[in-house]
Amino acid sequence: MYRGQSGMWLWVLHRLTGVGILAFLFLHIADTYLVGLGPSYYNDLVFLYKHWAFRFLEWLLVGAVLYHAINGMRVIALDFWESAINQHKQLYYGTLGLFFVLWIPAGIFMLKDVKWFV
Amino acid sequence: MAIQTPERPKVTVKTATKGARWTKTGARPRPTNAFELYSWYFFRVSGILLLVFALGHLAIMHLINNVEVVNYDFIAQRWASPLWRTFDLILLFLALTHGLNGVRTLIYDYVQSKGWRVFSLSALYTTGLFFLLIGAQVIITFQPVVTARAK
Repeated sequence: MYRGQSGMWLWVLHRLTGVGILAFLFLHIADTYLVGLGPSYYNDLVFLYKHWAFRFLEWLLVGAVLYHAINGMRVIALDFWESAINQHKQLYYGTLGLFFVLWIPAGIFMLKDVKWFV
Repeated sequence: MAIQTPERPKVTVKTATKGARWTKTGARPRPTNAFELYSWYFFRVSGILLLVFALGHLAIMHLINNVEVVNYDFIAQRWASPLWRTFDLILLFLALTHGLNGVRTLIYDYVQSKGWRVFSLSALYTTGLFFLLIGAQVIITFQPVVTARAK
């Protein structure tokens, strides 16, 4: 299940989403730091996050975290249950299935009130 | 149906010589101390905890509420409760250490020149410590400014 097969691409995606989430975490700590400086600083910046482009990126971020979380559970299952390897295909489809089942509705819910391109 | 495990081919595992991170073939040698084992466990334990803290944070801040309602007053109200401050502190610590440990692994995997490795690791730890400190500082020391707002 490796080299060029399913597990490899999930692994690549796990690394990419991990780095992306950490990069956002740095930004997010910096913006939260502004809360300590007072309302004008923070409210001026958070205004940016309300922009439609940021709302879309926010959905991508939720996707990155969801994927990293679900795939992480798959990795833990494979690590701690020896027999899980026999179900690796089911785990693969389960990971992708659960991801889309959660991510798509979350997107519909999160983006329903966004006014696009304004 | 159980998969038959084929007999393992004999592999001589090269252990690291002191200070060396790679064998001549470029493969990572088996670690000689327990640190990488603890790191491996830490990923899994913090990962499971983050299922609660990070996904909980996303559900509360991005699904139940959303960025349209998040502003200074919202945060001030949230941090009026020591419970949420503790929640955010735990999340900050776990997410940051989990992520930094991830990038540390990436550096050992991909940065093979010793000079660049020392440089990138130093940059990583410095940046990480800086963000951990400013993040913890604002969560712990935050005092709300009373805003005179006519509602």
